[in-house]
Amino acid sequence: MARLQAADLSGTLARRRTAPSLATVVSRAGNVALTMLAYVVGAAFFVPFFWMVSTALKSPDQTFLSPPRWLPWPVVWENFPQALGYIPFGLYTLNTLKIAIPSIFGTLISCTLVGYGFSRIRAPGRDLLFSICLATMMVPWAVTMVPVFIMFKRLGWYGTYLPLIVPHFFGNAYYIFLFRQFFMTIPMELSDAATVDGCSQLGILSRVILPLAKPIIVTVALFQFNATWSDYLAPLIFITRKEQYTLALGLTYFLDFQRPMWNWAMAATTVAVLPVLVIFLAAQRSFIESITITGIKG
Amino acid sequence: MLTKGERLPQADLAGGYRHMSVGTVQQRHVRPRLSPTTRNLLTMLAFISPWLIGFLWFFIYPTASSLYYSFTDYNILQPAKWIGVKNYTDLMHDKAFWNSLYNTTYYTMISVPLNVTLAFLLGVTLNRDMPGRPILRTLVYVPVVVPVTATAMIWMWLFNSNWGMLNNMLALVGIQGPPWLGSPVWAKPSLILMQTWLIGGSILIFLAALQDVPRPLYEAAEVDGAGAWRKLWNITLPMVTPAVLFSLLTGMIGAFQVFASAWIMTNGGPVKSTEFYVLYLYNNGFRFFRMGYASAMAWILFIIVLIVSLLTFRSSARWVYYGGQD
Repeated sequence: MARLQAADLSGTLARRRTAPSLATVVSRAGNVALTMLAYVVGAAFFVPFFWMVSTALKSPDQTFLSPPRWLPWPVVWENFPQALGYIPFGLYTLNTLKIAIPSIFGTLISCTLVGYGFSRIRAPGRDLLFSICLATMMVPWAVTMVPVFIMFKRLGWYGTYLPLIVPHFFGNAYYIFLFRQFFMTIPMELSDAATVDGCSQLGILSRVILPLAKPIIVTVALFQFNATWSDYLAPLIFITRKEQYTLALGLTYFLDFQRPMWNWAMAATTVAVLPVLVIFLAAQRSFIESITITGIKG
Repeated sequence: MLTKGERLPQADLAGGYRHMSVGTVQQRHVRPRLSPTTRNLLTMLAFISPWLIGFLWFFIYPTASSLYYSFTDYNILQPAKWIGVKNYTDLMHDKAFWNSLYNTTYYTMISVPLNVTLAFLLGVTLNRDMPGRPILRTLVYVPVVVPVTATAMIWMWLFNSNWGMLNNMLALVGIQGPPWLGSPVWAKPSLILMQTWLIGGSILIFLAALQDVPRPLYEAAEVDGAGAWRKLWNITLPMVTPAVLFSLLTGMIGAFQVFASAWIMTNGGPVKSTEFYVLYLYNNGFRFFRMGYASAMAWILFIIVLIVSLLTFRSSARWVYYGGQD
């Protein structure tokens, strides 16, 4: 037995000492090449960010150099206060928050309730209604854009923030889907036990389900914040006066020049991108889970 | 443990079991109670009522009125005037309409297959074990969370033909860069290139799908002497076809509605080369106030997207493999 093992071992050693076969060399070289390729691609994805920050720190004459300088020298930090002073940056941020906060509030209330109804109450027709809800995600928003505008104009909401806020109180198919998927992972026995104790459905939701649902609540709140922060089309259609502009609309001010001041434009863009970047990096895990879950389901 | 409610009838109806059951029956006659199924149905409907109202208010009503407006001449100020199918026949003779449809088809047909292929290849690359993998995954996804205005501004500056990063990098390898957004020939390819910066979402979908590919399949293939390409083509790709379908569908629906980037970066130019479908629709509705005309365009888009999605779904039965879920 021992001899057999020893023989086996020496065999392995002998095999190791011989030169690796051509196939192994090729596959190892391929692995290294693929890794290098991945790094090059990663760098390529990073270049636009690098170029944004680098430009944001350049003086005008450094900005318009050909060939360009990769790194700014000397570093012009003053671009930031100057760019943020050139457009009413504080006001636009405040305006964006005035829309974002009620939108998040409405989204959370409506999507929690609807997600609960679609996942934890056994009733006929439920899954059909849920399929309809999902199907609405496939319909181009351009189809409803014109009549929704006409409707809000008739209501007298044109030129106010109401068209940007109120619809969020009536659910969003994607967030409803995320809540439903999350609620379905909670064992039904918990609900059944609460029912036996005389708890109503609303009581089960608030006392049993919500305390467990913190991760999905935070994720959807952050998604909605990003959505409002980034939204361009709805503010473009419904906001009329410049002092009501959101940050996403206001940034384009820098493009109005004959020859835009790209260093200022990039400084303002950097500051506008920062909040969503920080949020994403902080909550990366739950973001990615929520995105991949749609692909698996779809 | 007995509650008060359970003890009471026993005390009252001392007569016994029969008496009690008669009492219950009588009670039912007096106060008809909902069956548990009906009660659940009503509770469920109450819970989903925000969505039900939203569905009627922001989807059914606008979609239906859009259909109605599409048969009218309507500029918001005067009441809508019924003109039959005139909007549709006018569209058929509108060169700008056909141009916008061509631009959108061009953009979709190149951008979507390109991005699905790239996302698949990058997904496979980033699925391998290598140092720095988490950072790379973050890097390729981060552009997706950047607001569209910011993305548009960054890329306008990258595309700048004199001082932009792209042409100067091309100059380093001796290539005279194109004028990008400034040329009717290059403007659409420029926007397509920018869109490849935003494939992080599809990459994530592919990465998730790759987790479900059973390892033994590869081991068996290796025993049979299959190389890396054969494994990629004959095992990996068939196993992730559901992710391909998902990326194709969402990519196409998104590409048909391309708007904000073109609106900010080129405003449809130069020479209408980036006047995409929704851009022209927007101009008709909100610049020229031809709401009826815009609604007709909206319905044509709706039908195009519906047909393309259905055809993709129908064809998927032949090329999507759903065995890899277990």
